[in-house]
Amino acid sequence: MFARGLKRKCFDHEEEGDGPLAGFRAVPSYDLQRQSLLDMSLVKLQLCHMLVEPNLCRSVLIANTVRQIQEEMTQDGTWRMAAPQGGGPAPLDRLVSTDVLCRSAREQEQGQPGPEDGSFPKGFEDGPAAGLTCDVPSVTVAQAPRHLPSSSSWDLDSSRESRGSFQKSLDQIFETLESKNPSSVEDLFSDVDSSYYDLDTVLTGMMGSSRASPCDTLEGFTPLTAAPPGPGCKADLGELDHVVEILVET
Amino acid sequence: MYTSYLKNKIQSHSRGEYNVYSTFQSHEPEFDYLKSLEIEEKINKIRWLPQKNAAQFLLSTNDKTIKLWKISERDKRPEGYNLKEEDGRYRDPTTVTTLRVPVFRPMDLMVEASPRRIFANAHTYHINSISINSDYETYLSADDLRINLWHLEITDRSFNIVDIKPANMEELTEVITAAEFHPNSCNTFVYSSSKGTIRLCDMRASALCDRHSKLFEEPEDPSNRSFFSEIISSISDVKFSHSGRYMMTRDYLSVKIWDLNMENRPVETYQVHEYLRSKLCSLYENDCIFDKFECCWNGSDSVVMTGSYNNFFRMFDRNTKRDITLEASRENNKPRTVLKPRKVCASGKRKKDEISVDSLDFNKKILHTAWHPKENIIAVATTNNLYIFQDKVN
Repeated sequence: MFARGLKRKCFDHEEEGDGPLAGFRAVPSYDLQRQSLLDMSLVKLQLCHMLVEPNLCRSVLIANTVRQIQEEMTQDGTWRMAAPQGGGPAPLDRLVSTDVLCRSAREQEQGQPGPEDGSFPKGFEDGPAAGLTCDVPSVTVAQAPRHLPSSSSWDLDSSRESRGSFQKSLDQIFETLESKNPSSVEDLFSDVDSSYYDLDTVLTGMMGSSRASPCDTLEGFTPLTAAPPGPGCKADLGELDHVVEILVET
Repeated sequence: MYTSYLKNKIQSHSRGEYNVYSTFQSHEPEFDYLKSLEIEEKINKIRWLPQKNAAQFLLSTNDKTIKLWKISERDKRPEGYNLKEEDGRYRDPTTVTTLRVPVFRPMDLMVEASPRRIFANAHTYHINSISINSDYETYLSADDLRINLWHLEITDRSFNIVDIKPANMEELTEVITAAEFHPNSCNTFVYSSSKGTIRLCDMRASALCDRHSKLFEEPEDPSNRSFFSEIISSISDVKFSHSGRYMMTRDYLSVKIWDLNMENRPVETYQVHEYLRSKLCSLYENDCIFDKFECCWNGSDSVVMTGSYNNFFRMFDRNTKRDITLEASRENNKPRTVLKPRKVCASGKRKKDEISVDSLDFNKKILHTAWHPKENIIAVATTNNLYIFQDKVN
């Protein structure tokens, strides 16, 4: 009924048989179970994001589950972060959006250099069918690159049915740009030709680059509040505006 | 469901089987060129309109487009035209020597379904609900983040009445899962969320009903808390009672009845398949935990019904507090026999005729059930079959 031997790793109560192994089979520790659930959830999110139009309700529920686990792990102190200053429980706004976690997983899959340790669970690279092993270091998900303000896979609302809504998309781009480093602006449109990213996501400025820019990993968990735009940003905003105009054929 | 089936009784009940009354293709697959994706023709919801004349009307919707269909019967046809032959050819006027009045003669029943309105391009996200207002002129359609109000006669415009899309999509943590108009109050509707809340809104309060009039939410039971708590609290269906005094919600494990006058907790809670609580992780893994079950009231609001797995469906009598589990399956039930109650053995020794949780078939799920508004006849949909059951009492 249930898939492939992952029962043992779940939180489900098992009917311990009376067989000879009953006494020897240890219930997986809570930490292990939790990690396994986290891994499973991230795989599910990845799969969601691979669909062009994911089931939004499902994605949101899974993402919330991941966040819950993150929060608990952070409170436990088992959430190992790359932040330079350690110590103390991290405030909630330092938790990375789950979408970023999945993005980083995907970038890994595409063979990007990615975060420095490159320590992402092998399970993700093998694809969802591979068994998720629990002996993977839990530092994996902590290496999230820069904070991406909006979620491409959830944001289906870049309908170009009306100029009004398109204006909104432009606003989103600008909003995005204000919080990014100038160097990443060029990266925004570097994937225009990539068949993986449809025009949609490019215009809404999300996918960003598949090349992690050098400052990414250092930024670690960027706070949700946007940094004030520097002078370099403004020039790039104008350029972006021009590019977008071309793309929408105004 | 790819097409809309309407079934009706055949004359002879000998085989206990129903004949298809009419079949029509409601939606076709479409291609959204801007997003490069296909919009499935799969129907998400069907709602009948109250009958005003001989024809029946229904609304059916896929992920993006709602259609109004007219279903009409033709069992008579006019015969005896003066200028036309029976086969339709025109007669030579010079051969007409007498005049007669055409008469209607019976013919084989013909059921015609014709699309009357197409309501498109108003939803960015997937439509999960449609609900007809008690004014019989307007209806609402709800997707994951927005609810729109339509007039049945007007297809090129709809009004957005609820919008929960956050400015920053990354802040999205809750979606709309179902919505319904109040059966009597044409300004009132409710919508449920993935966090287990129900919001009642009054359209007279403002054009955009982002602020609810009432918020129904049951505090979480701390002893049952797990990582799956939120997922199983997500409401998959909300239905008002016929009286309009109560509403029923379905979440993954239970059915709750709410009194509209009491927001802080439901007045009744019925466990549909509590034995699954210890299996939530496995059900999360195989995605069954995301299954969206519907629920329904009987005509007198005394019994509620919902589906479960293994082709089981459950009924709860609100008065006697008794419940029953029945199975919709051809193998286990001969036609025209009384359905035998089923029991799932949660743990311990399995009695004869009981089914253990581990042998339940999670691919056989009953998501859709319906109860005739006046009679004790129910329709239960399994994966590939529609079952119609009626009360034995004659």
